Amino acid sequence: MTDQAYNFAYLDEATKRMLRRALLKAVAIPGYQVPFSSREMPMPYGWGTGGVQVTAACLVPEDTLKVIDQGADDTTNAVSIRSFFEKVAGVATTEATAEASVIQTRHRIPETPLHAGQILVFQVPIPEPLRFLEPRETETRVMHALEDYGLMQVRLYEDIARHGEIARAYAYPVKVEGRYVMDPSPIPKFDNPKLNMSPALQLFGAGRECRIYALPPFTRVESLDFEDYPFTPSKAAGQDCAICGASGSYLDEVITDDAGGRMFVCSDTDYCATRVQEASA
Amino acid sequence: MDGLTPGFDHPATDAARAFRMVLDAMAHPGRIVTLDGPVAPAPCSQAACVALLTLADATTPLHLAGAHDCGPLRDWVAFHLGAPLVGPEDATFALGTWDALGPPAAYRQGTPDYSDRSATLIVEVPALSAHGTRLTGPGIETAAHLSVPDPDALRGNAARFPLGLDFLFTSGAQLAALPRTTKLGDG
Ligand SMILES: [Zn+2]
Repeated sequence: MTDQAYNFAYLDEATKRMLRRALLKAVAIPGYQVPFSSREMPMPYGWGTGGVQVTAACLVPEDTLKVIDQGADDTTNAVSIRSFFEKVAGVATTEATAEASVIQTRHRIPETPLHAGQILVFQVPIPEPLRFLEPRETETRVMHALEDYGLMQVRLYEDIARHGEIARAYAYPVKVEGRYVMDPSPIPKFDNPKLNMSPALQLFGAGRECRIYALPPFTRVESLDFEDYPFTPSKAAGQDCAICGASGSYLDEVITDDAGGRMFVCSDTDYCATRVQEASA
Repeated sequence: MDGLTPGFDHPATDAARAFRMVLDAMAHPGRIVTLDGPVAPAPCSQAACVALLTLADATTPLHLAGAHDCGPLRDWVAFHLGAPLVGPEDATFALGTWDALGPPAAYRQGTPDYSDRSATLIVEVPALSAHGTRLTGPGIETAAHLSVPDPDALRGNAARFPLGLDFLFTSGAQLAALPRTTKLGDG
């Protein structure tokens, strides 16, 4: 049951209508940042207030919600957002990617391929991919309007000149349907290919900067690159997961003892645990 | 006032479920969804009524076109939405048949730096069917088909991307969406 001290999904109806209108325009213009009026949420910025507002605007009582933080379901951030929506929306929750109808995420896309009908909500700290080139919003708006991404290309090419590759492991910019350049949030570039032609609906919420953007299902999403330096999503490690043995998943390095012992394990805890379970079955 | 039919039984959860259907439709152009809920005075369809209750309010100027610009529907809008009634050029939402709504160019198309500031037209159609014009683009894996009025005008709208209108087609309890990104083929 929903806690009756709150409106369903916490936000008042006028706020949800405003968010829902912004979401529809975001879906209609893939990769374009729709401004909205961010509301105070009962958690600090940096805890995913943008994602929380998008999730609140989308949830129905029948949903099953999964929340991950850097791939893990059990961090303080993920647990508190999950229990927040259990309380204010009465939704079921899960850690299993395949069983979730809505997944709110910070900094990862699950390893288990998403399926049609699922909604993935990203928490976004800085929605503007051109911000590091141009601090003024009025100017970045014009650059997007004119499709003026030349400066971005120059900056990425300077990376190659300096480091021999584009030195961006996270928040690697993408171009959506050949039009808008978009920040995919600080997911590892390893996850970028999962954005492309996903059967799931992907929604992005930036609370502090008051922006919503979206990728409808089956939308073309290309990581920016150059003919002579094509995009490479792989992480250099070349390791397998020390727990489940996965070779194709994104790994975190964890320190195992005071002597500096370390190992690599899946960042997606549900994926890793499911593989271990299946192996022992 | 006459014509004061009820709104949502459970405003928060009914609107949440209705929005998910509209979101599903917008994310899958051509997909026909069913919107259960209350009805507004004629000639407003149930789907248009539920979509307006879900999305429109005092902050969204509304244009009622043709036969939809009638006393009972105006009263219903005033009571349930509080949306100011305006001409096409100032509308966030517009409601009417394709012919009554008039040329798409009459509505706000968005601006180059704020392409989201464009109108959404709720177009009442006699029937919705998954046959007709071939649709491709974001939200569509290979191709979809939808009966749409005036494919030529809709092609012209899509050609203005990233500016342009977004459409909700409604008939009875059914709704399908056509965002500006959808490319229309023959038929
Ligand atoms: Zn593993």
